[in-house]
Amino acid sequence: MNNIAAVAAVVIKEMYRRKDFYVLLILTVLITLMLGSVSFYHDDKIVRYLKEACLLLIWIFSLVIAISVTARQIPFEKENRTIFPLLAKPISRTELLLGKFVGCWLACGIALVCFYLFFGVITQSREHDWQLVNYFQAITLHWFMLGVVVALALLGSLIFAAPSSNTTICFVLAAGALLMGRHLNKVALQMSEPGQSIVYSIYYVMPHLEIFDVRDLIIHNWPAIAWGPYSIALAYALVYSGLFLGAASLLFRRKALN
Amino acid sequence: MLLLLTVCFSLATMMEVRRQNRNDNNRQPAAEMDSLVGDSRRIFANTFFVKADAYFHSGFYPTIFDNQESFKTAHMAADAGAAASKNQGDETAFMGKPHDFIEAFSRDFMPSHHTHLDEGGAKGPGGDLGEASGGKVREILPWLQLSMELDPHRIETYTVTAYWLRNRMGKDAEAEECLRAGLAANPGSYAILYELGRIYDENRKDKFRARNLWEAALRNCEAQKAIEDEQGKFIGEQISTHLAKLEEDEGNYAKAMSYLEIAKGCAVAPEVIQARIDELRQKATGAKDAGAATKQP
Repeated sequence: MNNIAAVAAVVIKEMYRRKDFYVLLILTVLITLMLGSVSFYHDDKIVRYLKEACLLLIWIFSLVIAISVTARQIPFEKENRTIFPLLAKPISRTELLLGKFVGCWLACGIALVCFYLFFGVITQSREHDWQLVNYFQAITLHWFMLGVVVALALLGSLIFAAPSSNTTICFVLAAGALLMGRHLNKVALQMSEPGQSIVYSIYYVMPHLEIFDVRDLIIHNWPAIAWGPYSIALAYALVYSGLFLGAASLLFRRKALN
Repeated sequence: MLLLLTVCFSLATMMEVRRQNRNDNNRQPAAEMDSLVGDSRRIFANTFFVKADAYFHSGFYPTIFDNQESFKTAHMAADAGAAASKNQGDETAFMGKPHDFIEAFSRDFMPSHHTHLDEGGAKGPGGDLGEASGGKVREILPWLQLSMELDPHRIETYTVTAYWLRNRMGKDAEAEECLRAGLAANPGSYAILYELGRIYDENRKDKFRARNLWEAALRNCEAQKAIEDEQGKFIGEQISTHLAKLEEDEGNYAKAMSYLEIAKGCAVAPEVIQARIDELRQKATGAKDAGAATKQP
C-alpha cells in the first residue's frame, strides 16, 4: 500500500509541476467569462447557456488531462530508463501500475475540484441556488468515469508503441462511447443480421461512459439522482476500471521492459 | 508549432485584406458571415433554434435516433403562434419503452419527463414562472439570438423571440427592437408586421397603429401569395381575425365580416369562422334595427 501511495504521490507532483492543467483551467476561465460578458436583451440572469459552455469545456479538458497524463506514464519511465531502478526496489509491477493509476486518478480528481469550484462560483453569481447534492453527484460521477478512462489509457500504454497513438485511440474511444453509447442499440436494431448482433454485442460489452454525463441535469436544474442508481453507476465504473487494470497488470507482468 | 503560427499569420493577413475590401464595398455584416460559413449557417441557425426548444423542455428532447413525430414543430414556436403545429403523438413518450436494461438504467441519469419552461421547468410549477421578472423562459434567448445572427432571414426566429420577450418577460421594448431588426433584414415580412401589431395592440393598447401594421401585413401576405402555402394561411388567418376583432370592437361589422371571409379561406376549420360571421351578421342586423328605432320620432 505504501508503495502504491509513493508512486501515486510522484504522479500528482508531476501534474502540478507541468503547465497543462493551469493552461486548461485558465482557458476555461477566460472562455466562460468572455461568454458571460455577452448581454442578451438586457437580462443579466440568463445562466444556462453559460453553464452548458463551462461544463462542456470542463468535460473536454478533463478528458485531455486524464488521457494525456496517463498515456505518457509507462512509456516515459521506459524511455528515461527510470523504470529499472524503480523496479529494483521492493515494488512489484502490479503495485507500480496501481500507483500510476491511483496517482493519475487523484490528479484528475484535484483538477476536477478546481474546475467545478470555478463552475460553482460562476453559477452562483447569477443563479443564487446552491444545489450541493446535484453538484456532488455530478463531480463524483465525472471522476469515476475518468477512472475508467485512466485505466483504459494505462492499458493502451502497454499495447501501443507510442504515447501519441495511445492518446489518439483513447480519445476516439472515449468520445465514441460518450456520443454514441446511448444510441448504439437503436442503430443496431435498424441493421440486418449479422451486423445487428455484432453492434448489439459491442453495445453490451463497451463501458457506457455516457451514463456518467449528467450535464443536462445540472444545466436545467433537475432534481438529484436517486442514490440507488447513483451507487450502481459508481460500482459499474469501478468494475470496468478493475477489468482494464487487471488486463494491464497481466500484460505488464509478461512484457519485456527493454 | 512554428508551422501552425506561420499558417495562422498568413491566414490573418489574407483575411484582413479581404475584410478591408468588403468594408470598402460597404457590405453588410451578414454578407461577411455568409462568405465565412456559406450556406451551412442556415443549418447552424436551425440547430440553435432547435437547441432553444430543447432548453424550453429543460433538456427533455428527442435526438435523431428517437421518434420525433411529436416534435416536428418546435413547441416554443407553436405556443407562440408563430408556426402551425405539425406535431402528432405523445410528446411525453418519444423515448418509447427501453430496449434493454442498460437503456432503462441510463434513463435515471438524464431528463426524464416532459416539461415547459413557462410552466416552471424541471422542478415543476411553484417556482418563478416569471411573467414579471423574466422567469425561466429567458434561458432560450441566447440560442434564439445566435440563430438570428446566423440566419437573419429566418423569420420564425424573430417572431418567436418577440413573443416570449413581450408575453412572458414583459419586455415589449426589446421585443419591438428584435422585430425591427427582423424587418430590416426581411423588408415587408407579413409575419413580423403581424407580431409587431400585436405589441401595439396587446401591450401598448394602441389600436390605431396595430390596425395599420396588420393591414400592411395582410396586404403583403396577399401580394406575396403567401396565403397559398400552409404557413402563410396560418398567419393570414391570425391577421384577418385580429383585424376583424378590431373592426367589431369599433362597430364596423361589415368590414369585420369581410376580414372574417378572408380568415375563412385560410382556416383549418372554416365552419368555426362561418359561425362567427353569422353571429356578426345578427349583431349587424340588430344594430341596424336599433339605429332605425332611435331615428323614428
